[in-house]
Amino acid sequence: MAKIIAGIGCSHVPAVGAASDHGKTEDGYWTPLFAALPAARKWIKDLAPDVLILVYNDHASAFSLELIPTFAIGVAQWFENADEGYGRRQIPNVEGHPELAWHITESCILDGFDLTIANKMDVDHGCSVPLTVFFGEPAAWPVKVIPICVNVIQYPPPTARRCYDLGKAIRKAVEEYDGELKVAIAGTGGMSHQLQGERSGVINTEFDVNYLDNLRDNNDVNRDRSHLEYIREAGSEGIELVMWQIMRGAMNEKVVEKFRKYHVASSNTAFGVICFENAPEEKSAAEIKAMKEPVLVEYANALGITAHVNDLKKDTLEKVLSKLGYS
Amino acid sequence: MTKEEKAELRKAFADIPGTYVFTPEHSRKGYALNIFCMSLNKAENRAEFGKDESAYLDKFDLTAEQKEAVLKRQWLKMLELGGNIYYTFKIAIFDRKSMQHVGGKMSGITEDEFKEMMLSGGRSIIGNRSKKEYEV
Ligand SMILES: [Fe+2]
Repeated sequence: MAKIIAGIGCSHVPAVGAASDHGKTEDGYWTPLFAALPAARKWIKDLAPDVLILVYNDHASAFSLELIPTFAIGVAQWFENADEGYGRRQIPNVEGHPELAWHITESCILDGFDLTIANKMDVDHGCSVPLTVFFGEPAAWPVKVIPICVNVIQYPPPTARRCYDLGKAIRKAVEEYDGELKVAIAGTGGMSHQLQGERSGVINTEFDVNYLDNLRDNNDVNRDRSHLEYIREAGSEGIELVMWQIMRGAMNEKVVEKFRKYHVASSNTAFGVICFENAPEEKSAAEIKAMKEPVLVEYANALGITAHVNDLKKDTLEKVLSKLGYS
Repeated sequence: MTKEEKAELRKAFADIPGTYVFTPEHSRKGYALNIFCMSLNKAENRAEFGKDESAYLDKFDLTAEQKEAVLKRQWLKMLELGGNIYYTFKIAIFDRKSMQHVGGKMSGITEDEFKEMMLSGGRSIIGNRSKKEYEV
Protein backbone atom coordinates (compact mmCIF):
# COMPACT_ATOMS: atom_id res chain seq x y z
CA MET A 1 0.00 0.00 0.00
CA ALA A 2 1.02 3.60 -0.49
CA LYS A 3 1.60 5.67 2.59
CA ILE A 4 1.69 9.34 3.52
CA ILE A 5 5.02 9.84 5.21
CA ALA A 6 5.35 13.60 5.42
CA GLY A 7 3.36 16.81 5.53
CA ILE A 8 4.60 20.24 4.53
CA GLY A 9 3.24 23.75 4.87
CA CYS A 10 5.05 26.22 2.64
CA SER A 11 4.59 29.77 1.36
CA HIS A 12 4.85 30.15 -2.40
CA VAL A 13 6.01 33.74 -2.76
CA PRO A 14 6.93 34.32 -6.44
CA ALA A 15 9.91 36.51 -5.48
CA VAL A 16 11.50 33.48 -3.78
CA GLY A 17 11.49 31.66 -7.11
CA ALA A 18 12.87 34.73 -8.86
CA ALA A 19 15.64 35.11 -6.25
CA SER A 20 16.66 31.51 -6.90
CA ASP A 21 16.45 31.87 -10.70
CA HIS A 22 18.54 35.03 -10.71
CA GLY A 23 21.27 33.90 -8.32
CA LYS A 24 20.25 36.23 -5.52
CA THR A 25 19.95 33.69 -2.71
CA GLU A 26 23.08 35.04 -1.03
CA ASP A 27 22.44 38.71 -1.39
CA GLY A 28 21.59 40.30 1.95
CA TYR A 29 17.84 40.53 1.52
CA TRP A 30 17.40 36.82 0.80
CA THR A 31 20.16 35.37 2.99
CA PRO A 32 18.12 34.82 6.17
CA LEU A 33 15.54 32.82 4.26
CA PHE A 34 17.73 30.69 1.99
CA ALA A 35 20.35 30.07 4.69
CA ALA A 36 17.69 28.25 6.71
CA LEU A 37 16.66 25.88 3.93
CA PRO A 38 19.45 23.23 3.87
CA ALA A 39 17.95 21.45 6.91
CA ALA A 40 14.54 21.21 5.20
CA ARG A 41 16.17 20.01 1.98
CA LYS A 42 18.12 17.34 3.85
CA TRP A 43 14.95 16.22 5.63
CA ILE A 44 13.03 15.68 2.39
CA LYS A 45 16.05 14.11 0.69
CA ASP A 46 16.42 11.56 3.49
CA LEU A 47 12.73 10.71 3.36
CA ALA A 48 12.94 10.39 -0.44
CA PRO A 49 9.20 10.45 -1.23
CA ASP A 50 8.21 8.95 -4.58
CA VAL A 51 5.30 11.33 -5.02
CA LEU A 52 4.49 14.78 -3.68
CA ILE A 53 0.85 15.82 -3.63
CA LEU A 54 1.17 19.56 -3.99
CA VAL A 55 -1.82 21.67 -3.02
CA TYR A 56 -1.59 25.20 -4.37
CA ASN A 57 -3.65 27.84 -6.06
CA ASP A 58 -3.46 29.15 -9.57
CA HIS A 59 -2.98 32.93 -9.88
CA ALA A 60 -4.61 33.80 -13.19
CA SER A 61 -2.25 31.46 -15.05
CA ALA A 62 -3.88 28.18 -16.10
CA PHE A 63 -7.37 29.23 -15.05
CA SER A 64 -8.97 32.62 -15.42
CA LEU A 65 -12.40 33.90 -14.45
CA GLU A 66 -13.65 31.93 -17.47
CA LEU A 67 -13.46 28.72 -15.47
CA ILE A 68 -12.97 28.50 -11.70
CA PRO A 69 -12.73 24.97 -10.33
CA THR A 70 -12.88 24.85 -6.55
CA PHE A 71 -10.63 21.78 -6.43
CA ALA A 72 -8.85 20.55 -9.58
CA ILE A 73 -6.50 17.56 -9.64
CA GLY A 74 -3.81 17.21 -12.29
CA VAL A 75 -3.78 13.71 -13.75
CA ALA A 76 -1.34 14.38 -16.61
CA GLN A 77 2.10 12.86 -17.17
CA TRP A 78 3.66 16.31 -17.46
CA PHE A 79 2.80 19.84 -16.40
CA GLU A 80 4.47 22.83 -18.03
CA ASN A 81 5.50 25.94 -16.14
CA ALA A 82 3.14 28.79 -16.95
CA ASP A 83 4.06 32.16 -18.43
CA GLU A 84 2.76 34.54 -15.77
CA GLY A 85 3.71 37.60 -17.76
CA TYR A 86 7.50 37.43 -17.32
CA GLY A 87 8.05 34.51 -19.71
CA ARG A 88 8.28 30.96 -18.36
CA ARG A 89 10.65 30.24 -15.46
CA GLN A 90 13.69 28.33 -16.73
CA ILE A 91 13.18 25.38 -14.41
CA PRO A 92 12.28 21.74 -15.08
CA ASN A 93 8.74 20.88 -16.04
CA VAL A 94 6.79 18.94 -13.46
CA GLU A 95 6.31 15.22 -13.94
CA GLY A 96 3.03 13.84 -12.68
CA HIS A 97 1.94 10.42 -11.45
CA PRO A 98 -1.18 9.74 -13.54
CA GLU A 99 -1.87 6.33 -12.02
CA LEU A 100 -2.00 7.55 -8.42
CA ALA A 101 -3.69 10.80 -9.47
CA TRP A 102 -6.51 8.94 -11.21
CA HIS A 103 -6.80 6.59 -8.26
CA ILE A 104 -7.16 9.56 -5.87
CA THR A 105 -9.71 11.13 -8.22
CA GLU A 106 -11.84 8.00 -8.34
CA SER A 107 -11.62 7.39 -4.63
CA CYS A 108 -12.33 10.99 -3.59
CA ILE A 109 -15.31 11.38 -5.92
CA LEU A 110 -16.84 8.12 -4.71
CA ASP A 111 -16.26 9.32 -1.15
CA GLY A 112 -18.05 12.61 -1.79
CA PHE A 113 -15.38 15.06 -3.04
CA ASP A 114 -16.23 16.01 -6.60
CA LEU A 115 -12.80 16.98 -7.91
CA THR A 116 -12.38 18.61 -11.31
CA ILE A 117 -10.08 16.51 -13.50
CA ALA A 118 -7.31 18.33 -15.36
CA ASN A 119 -5.46 16.57 -18.17
CA LYS A 120 -3.74 19.75 -19.22
CA MET A 121 -2.84 22.35 -16.63
CA ASP A 122 0.14 24.68 -16.68
CA VAL A 123 1.46 25.21 -13.17
CA ASP A 124 2.49 28.61 -11.85
CA HIS A 125 4.58 29.88 -8.93
CA GLY A 126 2.06 28.36 -6.52
CA CYS A 127 3.38 24.94 -7.51
CA SER A 128 6.92 25.71 -8.62
CA VAL A 129 8.14 27.89 -5.74
CA PRO A 130 7.67 25.16 -3.08
CA LEU A 131 9.65 22.82 -5.38
CA THR A 132 12.44 25.41 -5.48
CA VAL A 133 12.29 25.78 -1.69
CA PHE A 134 12.68 22.04 -1.11
CA PHE A 135 14.82 20.95 -4.05
CA GLY A 136 16.83 23.98 -5.18
CA GLU A 137 17.87 24.02 -8.83
CA PRO A 138 18.12 20.43 -10.09
CA ALA A 139 18.14 19.38 -13.76
CA ALA A 140 14.92 17.46 -13.05
CA TRP A 141 12.69 17.49 -9.96
CA PRO A 142 13.56 14.45 -7.82
CA VAL A 143 9.92 13.62 -7.13
CA LYS A 144 6.73 13.08 -9.11
CA VAL A 145 4.10 15.68 -8.36
CA ILE A 146 0.33 15.49 -8.25
CA PRO A 147 -0.83 19.11 -8.38
CA ILE A 148 -4.11 19.91 -6.67
CA CYS A 149 -5.28 23.39 -7.51
CA VAL A 150 -7.68 25.20 -5.17
CA ASN A 151 -9.67 28.34 -5.87
CA VAL A 152 -8.80 30.93 -3.24
CA ILE A 153 -9.16 34.03 -5.41
CA GLN A 154 -12.86 34.14 -6.23
CA TYR A 155 -15.08 34.35 -3.16
CA PRO A 156 -16.13 31.98 -1.80
CA PRO A 157 -13.15 29.68 -1.59
CA PRO A 158 -13.71 26.32 0.11
CA THR A 159 -13.86 26.53 3.90
CA ALA A 160 -10.91 25.46 6.03
CA ARG A 161 -13.11 22.63 7.32
CA ARG A 162 -13.86 21.38 3.82
CA CYS A 163 -10.17 21.50 2.95
CA TYR A 164 -9.29 19.51 6.06
CA ASP A 165 -11.89 16.88 5.18
CA LEU A 166 -10.56 16.64 1.64
CA GLY A 167 -7.16 15.91 3.16
CA LYS A 168 -8.70 13.01 5.04
CA ALA A 169 -10.26 11.66 1.84
CA ILE A 170 -6.93 11.96 0.02
CA ARG A 171 -5.18 10.05 2.77
CA LYS A 172 -7.75 7.26 2.59
CA ALA A 173 -7.29 7.11 -1.18
CA VAL A 174 -3.51 6.93 -0.90
CA GLU A 175 -3.72 4.12 1.64
CA GLU A 176 -6.08 2.18 -0.64
CA TYR A 177 -3.61 2.34 -3.54
CA ASP A 178 -2.12 -1.04 -4.46
CA GLY A 179 1.47 -0.08 -4.94
CA GLU A 180 4.40 0.62 -2.70
CA LEU A 181 4.75 4.38 -2.77
CA LYS A 182 6.04 6.88 -0.26
CA VAL A 183 3.90 9.97 -0.54
CA ALA A 184 4.43 13.45 0.86
CA ILE A 185 1.76 16.13 0.85
CA ALA A 186 2.23 19.89 0.85
CA GLY A 187 -0.26 22.67 1.49
CA THR A 188 1.11 25.93 0.15
CA GLY A 189 0.48 29.68 0.12
CA GLY A 190 0.23 32.22 2.91
CA MET A 191 1.23 33.10 5.47
CA SER A 192 -0.28 36.46 6.43
CA HIS A 193 -0.19 38.89 3.52
CA GLN A 194 -2.34 41.29 1.60
CA LEU A 195 -1.45 42.46 -1.87
CA GLN A 196 -4.43 44.68 -2.57
CA GLY A 197 -5.94 47.93 -1.42
CA GLU A 198 -5.03 50.55 1.15
CA ARG A 199 -4.33 47.75 3.63
CA SER A 200 -1.74 46.12 1.36
CA GLY A 201 1.38 44.99 3.19
CA VAL A 202 -0.45 43.90 6.30
CA ILE A 203 1.39 41.20 8.28
CA ASN A 204 0.17 39.48 11.44
CA THR A 205 3.04 37.59 13.02
CA GLU A 206 1.09 36.66 16.13
CA PHE A 207 -1.60 35.04 14.01
CA ASP A 208 0.98 33.19 11.90
CA VAL A 209 2.93 31.80 14.83
CA ASN A 210 -0.30 30.66 16.48
CA TYR A 211 -1.35 29.09 13.20
CA LEU A 212 1.91 27.10 13.07
CA ASP A 213 1.71 26.02 16.71
CA ASN A 214 -1.94 25.05 16.38
CA LEU A 215 -1.28 23.24 13.14
CA ARG A 216 0.97 20.93 15.10
CA ASP A 217 -0.87 20.57 18.40
CA ASN A 218 -4.36 21.96 18.26
CA ASN A 219 -5.47 22.23 14.68
CA ASP A 220 -9.20 22.38 15.45
CA VAL A 221 -8.65 26.09 15.99
CA ASN A 222 -7.36 26.58 12.43
CA ARG A 223 -9.84 24.19 10.90
CA ASP A 224 -12.87 25.88 12.45
CA ARG A 225 -11.95 29.46 11.59
CA SER A 226 -14.24 31.28 9.17
CA HIS A 227 -13.20 33.04 5.98
CA LEU A 228 -13.82 36.31 7.78
CA GLU A 229 -11.26 35.54 10.48
CA TYR A 230 -8.65 34.45 7.94
CA ILE A 231 -9.13 37.56 5.81
CA ARG A 232 -9.36 39.98 8.72
CA GLU A 233 -6.41 38.53 10.63
CA ALA A 234 -4.12 37.16 7.92
CA GLY A 235 -4.97 39.53 5.06
CA SER A 236 -7.08 39.05 1.96
CA GLU A 237 -4.41 36.81 0.41
CA GLY A 238 -3.68 35.10 3.74
CA ILE A 239 -6.86 33.14 3.03
CA GLU A 240 -4.46 30.83 1.15
CA LEU A 241 -3.77 29.25 4.54
CA VAL A 242 -6.93 27.18 4.12
CA MET A 243 -4.89 25.08 1.68
CA TRP A 244 -2.55 24.00 4.48
CA GLN A 245 -5.59 22.32 6.01
CA ILE A 246 -5.67 19.76 3.19
CA MET A 247 -2.18 18.67 4.19
CA ARG A 248 -3.13 18.61 7.87
CA GLY A 249 -6.19 16.48 7.21
CA ALA A 250 -4.01 13.92 5.47
CA MET A 251 -1.73 13.51 8.50
CA ASN A 252 -2.24 11.73 11.81
CA GLU A 253 -3.93 13.65 14.56
CA LYS A 254 -0.56 13.65 16.34
CA VAL A 255 2.41 14.87 14.33
CA VAL A 256 6.04 15.63 15.06
CA GLU A 257 7.53 18.90 13.85
CA LYS A 258 10.80 18.38 12.00
CA PHE A 259 11.52 21.84 10.64
CA ARG A 260 10.19 25.35 10.83
CA LYS A 261 11.21 28.68 9.39
CA TYR A 262 9.25 31.88 9.69
CA HIS A 263 10.56 35.04 8.11
CA VAL A 264 9.20 38.53 7.59
CA ALA A 265 9.21 39.77 4.98
CA SER A 266 9.82 38.22 1.63
CA SER A 267 8.33 40.60 -0.88
CA ASN A 268 4.95 41.52 0.65
CA THR A 269 4.54 38.28 2.52
CA ALA A 270 5.27 36.56 5.79
CA PHE A 271 7.13 33.46 4.63
CA GLY A 272 6.57 30.24 6.54
CA VAL A 273 7.71 26.65 6.09
CA ILE A 274 6.88 23.79 8.41
CA CYS A 275 7.60 20.06 8.08
CA PHE A 276 5.79 17.27 9.85
CA GLU A 277 5.99 13.53 10.15
CA ASN A 278 3.28 11.41 11.68
CA ALA A 279 3.92 10.74 15.36
CA PRO A 280 4.65 7.10 16.13
CA GLU A 281 2.04 4.94 17.79
CA GLU A 282 1.71 5.77 21.47
CA LYS A 283 3.14 3.11 23.80
CA SER A 284 2.37 2.65 27.45
CA ALA A 285 4.93 3.65 30.07
CA ALA A 286 5.60 -0.01 30.81
CA GLU A 287 6.21 -0.80 27.14
CA ILE A 288 8.62 2.11 26.86
CA LYS A 289 10.54 1.10 29.97
CA ALA A 290 10.89 -2.39 28.56
CA MET A 291 12.42 -1.14 25.28
CA LYS A 292 16.00 -2.11 24.45
CA GLU A 293 18.22 0.94 24.04
CA PRO A 294 18.45 1.11 20.19
CA VAL A 295 14.67 0.71 19.91
CA LEU A 296 14.17 3.40 22.54
CA VAL A 297 16.51 5.78 20.72
CA GLU A 298 14.66 5.20 17.45
CA TYR A 299 11.34 5.76 19.18
CA ALA A 300 12.61 8.95 20.82
CA ASN A 301 13.78 10.30 17.49
CA ALA A 302 10.44 9.50 15.89
CA LEU A 303 8.83 11.57 18.63
CA GLY A 304 11.02 14.50 17.67
CA ILE A 305 13.49 14.12 20.54
CA THR A 306 17.11 14.22 19.46
CA ALA A 307 18.58 11.09 21.02
CA HIS A 308 21.63 8.94 20.37
CA VAL A 309 22.75 5.53 21.67
CA ASN A 310 25.75 7.25 23.23
CA ASP A 311 23.47 9.28 25.49
CA LEU A 312 22.65 7.96 28.94
CA LYS A 313 19.71 5.61 28.56
CA LYS A 314 18.15 7.11 31.66
CA ASP A 315 18.07 10.57 30.05
CA THR A 316 16.46 9.35 26.86
CA LEU A 317 13.89 7.39 28.81
CA GLU A 318 13.02 10.40 30.91
CA LYS A 319 12.59 12.59 27.85
CA VAL A 320 10.32 10.05 26.16
CA LEU A 321 8.17 9.55 29.24
CA SER A 322 7.79 13.26 29.80
CA LYS A 323 7.03 13.92 26.12
CA LEU A 324 4.16 11.44 26.34
CA GLY A 325 2.99 12.89 29.61
CA TYR A 326 3.90 9.91 31.82
CA SER A 327 6.04 11.90 34.21
CA MET B 1 -24.37 27.72 7.35
CA THR B 2 -27.70 29.51 7.69
CA LYS B 3 -28.92 32.23 5.34
CA GLU B 4 -28.35 34.81 8.06
CA GLU B 5 -24.79 33.63 8.70
CA LYS B 6 -23.94 33.90 5.02
CA ALA B 7 -25.33 37.43 4.89
CA GLU B 8 -23.49 38.37 8.10
CA LEU B 9 -20.24 37.17 6.61
CA ARG B 10 -20.68 39.33 3.52
CA LYS B 11 -21.55 42.33 5.65
CA ALA B 12 -18.51 41.79 7.81
CA PHE B 13 -16.16 41.88 4.80
CA ALA B 14 -17.20 45.47 4.20
CA ASP B 15 -15.96 46.29 7.69
CA ILE B 16 -12.36 45.31 6.91
CA PRO B 17 -10.55 48.53 5.99
CA GLY B 18 -8.79 48.94 2.63
CA THR B 19 -9.77 45.48 1.44
CA TYR B 20 -11.76 44.50 -1.64
CA VAL B 21 -13.00 40.95 -1.16
CA PHE B 22 -13.56 39.45 -4.60
CA THR B 23 -17.25 38.73 -4.19
CA PRO B 24 -19.57 37.66 -7.01
CA GLU B 25 -20.70 41.30 -7.51
CA HIS B 26 -17.11 42.42 -7.73
CA SER B 27 -16.30 39.62 -10.14
CA ARG B 28 -19.22 40.44 -12.46
CA LYS B 29 -18.31 44.11 -12.48
CA GLY B 30 -14.67 43.45 -13.31
CA TYR B 31 -15.00 40.51 -15.65
CA ALA B 32 -13.90 42.24 -18.89
CA LEU B 33 -11.15 44.16 -17.10
CA ASN B 34 -9.73 41.00 -15.57
CA ILE B 35 -9.98 39.06 -18.82
CA PHE B 36 -7.99 41.82 -20.54
CA CYS B 37 -5.33 41.51 -17.81
CA MET B 38 -5.25 37.76 -18.26
CA SER B 39 -4.51 38.19 -21.97
CA LEU B 40 -1.14 39.71 -21.02
CA ASN B 41 0.09 36.24 -20.11
CA LYS B 42 0.77 35.78 -23.83
CA ALA B 43 3.91 37.37 -25.27
CA GLU B 44 2.20 38.31 -28.55
CA ASN B 45 -0.55 40.14 -26.66
CA ARG B 46 2.00 41.97 -24.53
CA ALA B 47 3.65 43.13 -27.75
CA GLU B 48 0.37 44.32 -29.20
CA PHE B 49 -0.61 46.12 -25.98
CA GLY B 50 2.82 47.77 -26.00
CA LYS B 51 2.32 49.14 -29.50
CA ASP B 52 -0.99 50.85 -28.85
CA GLU B 53 -2.51 50.40 -25.41
CA SER B 54 -5.75 52.16 -26.20
CA ALA B 55 -6.41 50.23 -29.40
CA TYR B 56 -5.64 46.94 -27.70
CA LEU B 57 -8.00 47.74 -24.82
CA ASP B 58 -10.78 48.42 -27.31
CA LYS B 59 -10.79 44.72 -28.17
CA PHE B 60 -12.21 44.08 -24.69
CA ASP B 61 -15.53 45.14 -23.33
CA LEU B 62 -14.24 47.55 -20.67
CA THR B 63 -16.24 50.54 -19.44
CA ALA B 64 -14.76 53.96 -20.23
CA GLU B 65 -13.84 54.31 -16.56
CA GLN B 66 -12.05 50.98 -16.48
CA LYS B 67 -10.16 51.81 -19.65
CA GLU B 68 -9.03 55.12 -18.23
CA ALA B 69 -7.94 53.47 -14.98
CA VAL B 70 -5.78 51.03 -16.94
CA LEU B 71 -4.23 53.70 -19.16
CA LYS B 72 -3.48 55.90 -16.15
CA ARG B 73 -2.34 52.96 -13.99
CA GLN B 74 -4.80 53.87 -11.26
CA TRP B 75 -4.25 50.73 -9.22
CA LEU B 76 -6.79 51.41 -6.52
CA LYS B 77 -9.41 52.55 -9.00
CA MET B 78 -8.99 49.31 -10.91
CA LEU B 79 -9.84 47.38 -7.74
CA GLU B 80 -12.85 49.59 -7.11
CA LEU B 81 -14.03 48.89 -10.64
CA GLY B 82 -13.94 45.13 -10.16
CA GLY B 83 -10.31 44.37 -10.83
CA ASN B 84 -8.63 41.62 -8.87
CA ILE B 85 -5.04 42.20 -7.81
CA TYR B 86 -3.75 38.92 -9.29
CA TYR B 87 -5.14 40.07 -12.64
CA THR B 88 -4.31 43.78 -12.49
CA PHE B 89 -0.78 42.93 -11.36
CA LYS B 90 -0.23 41.54 -14.89
CA ILE B 91 -0.17 45.19 -15.99
CA ALA B 92 2.52 45.90 -13.40
CA ILE B 93 4.51 42.94 -14.70
CA PHE B 94 4.15 44.43 -18.18
CA ASP B 95 5.49 47.74 -16.81
CA ARG B 96 8.30 45.91 -14.98
CA LYS B 97 6.98 47.35 -11.73
CA SER B 98 7.16 45.55 -8.41
CA MET B 99 4.43 44.57 -5.98
CA GLN B 100 5.91 47.17 -3.62
CA HIS B 101 5.44 49.87 -6.24
CA VAL B 102 1.80 48.89 -6.69
CA GLY B 103 1.29 48.46 -2.95
CA GLY B 104 2.70 51.93 -2.40
CA LYS B 105 0.42 53.45 -5.03
CA MET B 106 -2.60 51.81 -3.45
CA SER B 107 -1.75 52.98 0.05
CA GLY B 108 -0.38 56.43 -0.73
CA ILE B 109 3.33 55.91 -0.04
CA THR B 110 6.40 55.55 -2.25
CA GLU B 111 7.87 52.23 -3.31
CA ASP B 112 10.86 52.80 -1.02
CA GLU B 113 8.63 53.61 1.91
CA PHE B 114 6.62 50.48 1.20
CA LYS B 115 9.78 48.35 1.07
CA GLU B 116 10.96 49.92 4.31
CA MET B 117 7.62 49.12 5.94
CA MET B 118 7.88 45.47 4.86
CA LEU B 119 11.44 45.19 6.16
CA SER B 120 10.33 46.47 9.52
CA GLY B 121 7.66 43.78 9.87
CA GLY B 122 4.92 44.89 7.49
CA ARG B 123 1.85 47.02 8.01
CA SER B 124 0.63 46.45 11.53
CA ILE B 125 -2.59 44.54 11.96
CA ILE B 126 -3.29 46.68 15.00
CA GLY B 127 -5.73 49.35 13.95
CA ASN B 128 -6.33 47.60 10.64
CA ARG B 129 -8.77 44.86 11.56
CA SER B 130 -11.96 46.83 11.46
CA LYS B 131 -13.19 50.18 10.23
CA LYS B 132 -14.55 50.65 13.73
CA GLU B 133 -10.98 50.91 14.98
CA TYR B 134 -10.60 54.05 12.86
CA GLU B 135 -13.47 55.71 14.63
CA VAL B 136 -12.04 55.43 18.14
FE1 LIG C 1 -0.86 32.03 -3.88
